[in-house]
Amino acid sequence: MAARHVDDNRPADDMAVRVRGVTKEFGSGGSLTRALRGVDLDVPYGEMLMLVGPSGCGKTTLVSIVAGTLEATAGNVQVLGHDLVGMSNGRKVRFRRENVGFIFQAYNLLPSLTAVENAAVPLLIAGWRRAHAVEVAADILERLGLGDRLANLPSELSGGQQQRVAIARALVHEPRLLVCDEPTSALDAANGRITMELIQQVAVQPDRAVIVVTHDSRVYSFADRIASMEDGRIESVESDPTSRQRSERCL
Amino acid sequence: MFWIAWKMLIGNRAKYLGIVFGVVFAALLIAQQASIFCGLMSLTISQIYDTAGPDIWVMDENVQFVDDIKPLSDTELFRVKGVPGVDWAVRFYKGIARARLEEGTYEQMILLGLDDATLVGAPQQVFLGSIADLRRPDAVIIDDAGYKRIWPGEPYRLGRSFEMNDRRAVIVGITKASRTFQSFPIIYTRYSQAVLFAPPERKVLSFVLADAQPGLDPEEVCRRITERTGLQAVTQEQFTWKTIWYYLKKTGIPVNFGITVFLGFLVGTAIAGQTFYLFTVENIRQFGALKAMGTSNWMILLMVLSQAIQVGVVGYGVGVGLAALFGFWSRAATRLSFFMPWQVLAITGVAVFVIVLLASLLSVRKVLVVDPAIVFRGG
Repeated sequence: MAARHVDDNRPADDMAVRVRGVTKEFGSGGSLTRALRGVDLDVPYGEMLMLVGPSGCGKTTLVSIVAGTLEATAGNVQVLGHDLVGMSNGRKVRFRRENVGFIFQAYNLLPSLTAVENAAVPLLIAGWRRAHAVEVAADILERLGLGDRLANLPSELSGGQQQRVAIARALVHEPRLLVCDEPTSALDAANGRITMELIQQVAVQPDRAVIVVTHDSRVYSFADRIASMEDGRIESVESDPTSRQRSERCL
Repeated sequence: MFWIAWKMLIGNRAKYLGIVFGVVFAALLIAQQASIFCGLMSLTISQIYDTAGPDIWVMDENVQFVDDIKPLSDTELFRVKGVPGVDWAVRFYKGIARARLEEGTYEQMILLGLDDATLVGAPQQVFLGSIADLRRPDAVIIDDAGYKRIWPGEPYRLGRSFEMNDRRAVIVGITKASRTFQSFPIIYTRYSQAVLFAPPERKVLSFVLADAQPGLDPEEVCRRITERTGLQAVTQEQFTWKTIWYYLKKTGIPVNFGITVFLGFLVGTAIAGQTFYLFTVENIRQFGALKAMGTSNWMILLMVLSQAIQVGVVGYGVGVGLAALFGFWSRAATRLSFFMPWQVLAITGVAVFVIVLLASLLSVRKVLVVDPAIVFRGG
């Protein structure tokens, strides 16, 4: 029986993400794989939650379901007041477009677009005029210290700079949920720290929530809480990240 | 989003050029072969259009095309003239004659005999001598291509003579004329002279050229001629299509060209389809990222289609442009027939559209089924 890590007495309105009893199965018959086994999770507004755990424990599956890119097999998923279970694909696409920002491990920048054009993509998807979208994207890139790199292609940028472009792209349309998948795994310690500082400064707001999937113990200190996953379940949720960081360092 | 699709497309130069090359290849081959085919077909009907004046051609009921001569009795002319609605009617000879040149060599020639009185059907572009000179004894007018073929490299000179059927023919004029399918020199002369030049036959009248009275529908007059005389009477337009259909149905020409066009279509589709598919597979994560960020499948489909159409437009433009350049070059430097009417451009356009549609359909399924969660699966 998994331990309870959630407080059902807190009003749902306080929660950016409320996940209850979520399971996810891939395949069928003999090849059936249970990626998630009854996960409960709350992420309040204004919080940065880190999902940690060994590879294959279900972190990415959980975050994919919360972001609306994957359908849960069973359970309830409420994100920003929307019930994602049973939501039509079209509404889910719209939900993602309007509410979710993504930062990917591999950045996934479009190689033929410049930095500012990449950052403007979510606005273009939302139907903004190109000139206006690029203008807004340029503003946010300048805030992230890439004002002199606006016209550079991703191949002309360092890993850290590419990740900052990805952050700009994730935030340019002011999403209320930011989902980050291993945002520092391809960066050195200094750039990883800078990236997390940027995410913390820019993304963590009273009306937003941030979920970070990471293996990188160096950045645990940026979390408000850390949820540890194992074998498709959340084993523990700690609200003092520094203690976990210390213990992992000792290990 | 279409702008993003365009940038994605041209971002990978090698793949982009590969897809465009496939479409260019197909468009070039289809347009070029179809134009040569049209050029050949235009050769078959050139003498109908070069025979200016008559609305109506009257001939034996079994004639199938313009070079299919089944001679009529001279009296048929008067029967045609007697049909109500016929304004005028004249004799017209068309046949092949063998000419013996001054040098002693022989040359096949297309012999056209015009009505002695009216010279209906006379060449329209005589640039040396004059049509009136045809009334002189033994007079003939020759087309310039024929002259150059018989006497290559020699300047035009009137008064040159040769023999047909042991009778002397004297060149009194040189004209421009459309090339013919047989590509023999064309000789214009009076009807009475032509029957002397031609090998002796009991019947010599090839066609009766006629015109409908003003205000009457030529097709109606044709029906009347056929009813009253039993001869086949057709308008110039109908004779043109009759000739073309004969070549389409009774010769292997369309099949040969059709095979080449089809191969061009197949190879173009294969190259463009395969490269477009590889391009899409290579960009699958980018499409996945766009889907994760909220791009609908419908928009993704439109993006892929817009990429295909952009490739199609560029490939079509370059392909038919190269085909047209080939046409200009071949007409100037060779005797290859090349005619590119708007229908060739339209058919090539449709073929290119089908190619890019097939190419995009091949790859769009891959994009549509890609799970947006793919972007969370590391690099």
